Amino acid sequence: MLVKHKKSIWYEFYVIDIAKGLFITMRNMLFAPNVTIEYPEVRRNYSDRFRGMHYIKSVNGVENCTACMLCPTVCPAECIHIEAGERPDKEKYPVKFEVDLLRCCFCGMCEEACPKDAIKLSNIYEMSVSQRTVYDKSYLAEQRGNK
Amino acid sequence: MDTFDWVATAVKILIVLVPLLSVAPVMAWVERRGSALMQNRKGPNRIGPLGLLQSIPDAIKFMGKEDPIPGHVEKFYYVLAPLASLIVPFLTFAVIPFASSMTIDGRVINFQIADLNVGFLFILAVGSLGVYGIIMAGWSSNNKYALLGSLRSSSQMISYELSMGLSVIGIVMAFSTVHLGEIARAQGEVLMTLGPLTIPKWGIFIQPLGFLIFLTTAFAETNRLPFDLPEGESELVAGYHLEYGSMKFALFMMAEYMNMAVASGFIASLYFGGWQMLPGMHSVLDVLGLSGLTFDIVRVAFEALSFLLKLCFFMWFFVWVRWTLPRFRYDQLMDFGWKVLLPLSLANIFITGVMIYYRWY
Repeated sequence: MLVKHKKSIWYEFYVIDIAKGLFITMRNMLFAPNVTIEYPEVRRNYSDRFRGMHYIKSVNGVENCTACMLCPTVCPAECIHIEAGERPDKEKYPVKFEVDLLRCCFCGMCEEACPKDAIKLSNIYEMSVSQRTVYDKSYLAEQRGNK
Repeated sequence: MDTFDWVATAVKILIVLVPLLSVAPVMAWVERRGSALMQNRKGPNRIGPLGLLQSIPDAIKFMGKEDPIPGHVEKFYYVLAPLASLIVPFLTFAVIPFASSMTIDGRVINFQIADLNVGFLFILAVGSLGVYGIIMAGWSSNNKYALLGSLRSSSQMISYELSMGLSVIGIVMAFSTVHLGEIARAQGEVLMTLGPLTIPKWGIFIQPLGFLIFLTTAFAETNRLPFDLPEGESELVAGYHLEYGSMKFALFMMAEYMNMAVASGFIASLYFGGWQMLPGMHSVLDVLGLSGLTFDIVRVAFEALSFLLKLCFFMWFFVWVRWTLPRFRYDQLMDFGWKVLLPLSLANIFITGVMIYYRWY
């Protein structure tokens, strides 16, 4: 139902309300703080739980990963590709460890599934590139965070 | 006309033309920066101090872009339209006085390019030609949105021109002249004195209702928000200049800003005393010891400065209102023009007539 409220004559005479509006914009212009973050110089602080660029955590130069295949299994986007190999000391290790960032949805399930604390998601969010690259093991082995 | 007149006219044209051409780049910065600050943003701040030089790369971009003419347009009118809308503000500013007169070699120079005896009727007449540029642009573009925009603008401008003309009648009745220089001179008289305050006979004090109507219609005539229905980007994409790009679009933008300048100058000279000095300027001149006939040029400069300040205030007011008020709906616009402003302007004429009859002016 259409309800019509009776307006006073002053309401219909919009000049006063327009003056109020002009006052509000002027107050915002002169006194209100800017909310702009000037991006390249100033960066927004993200939480430590932010899920960004992947990296494989390593201890003493040896990656933690044992190629147990839990992360490619749990990955909903199927973006992790691992080929397992064997070290001279009979330990399993990933010969290939590739993450296709174009497919990745940054859900962080690989990080949760990993029993060895190997794959981690860092705080890095600037991931734009000019080519469609699949990041390989040597790239991911760079320590991009301290999780 | 002899050499003296030619030189004087050329100088006057130069004084008017250079600021008028630089209105568009400056106002583009003011508009972007002002709107940003009002919305708690920063606006352009990378190029030059406070982003002041932003207009230079903008201009380079406008000029460097490809200037295509779409295949489906009527070429002649399509090219003519931006020029037609640009010429109007150049023509109309000619009759606006920006300072009083001064005497050189016993010859009086009026600081007004064209001293026409039809006065501001010239502005109203030529100003309404501005709609031709818009209609040509919309129609020749052969595009439904552009056509709708130009149709809207033509009906809007015709509706609001009526109230505009009628609201100025009050001023004509009060000063009994249409000559803008005479009106500006008459506004220097004293209306009343309230103790130490001297209220001059400015148009706004004797025609407050007329001023409000005129201000509103000036917004409508320059197609600025809240009356920018011809552009209405949410419903018409961009309105009449939809098919235009690069420098042709820039000409439309320049025309809009210059129209604003003309409207501001018009408002200032009708209702705010034109080149009459701002309160306090006289005493500044006295303190500096620059009053008197020998320093005529200083007085003229101060008068031009006051006119410029008034003009700048109204230019800023246009921007200020744009970022405050939302756009009208089309039927609201027409209702407002015909059912509110027109009766009000007629009432204003009646009230003015009654006041003149009882000699309250």
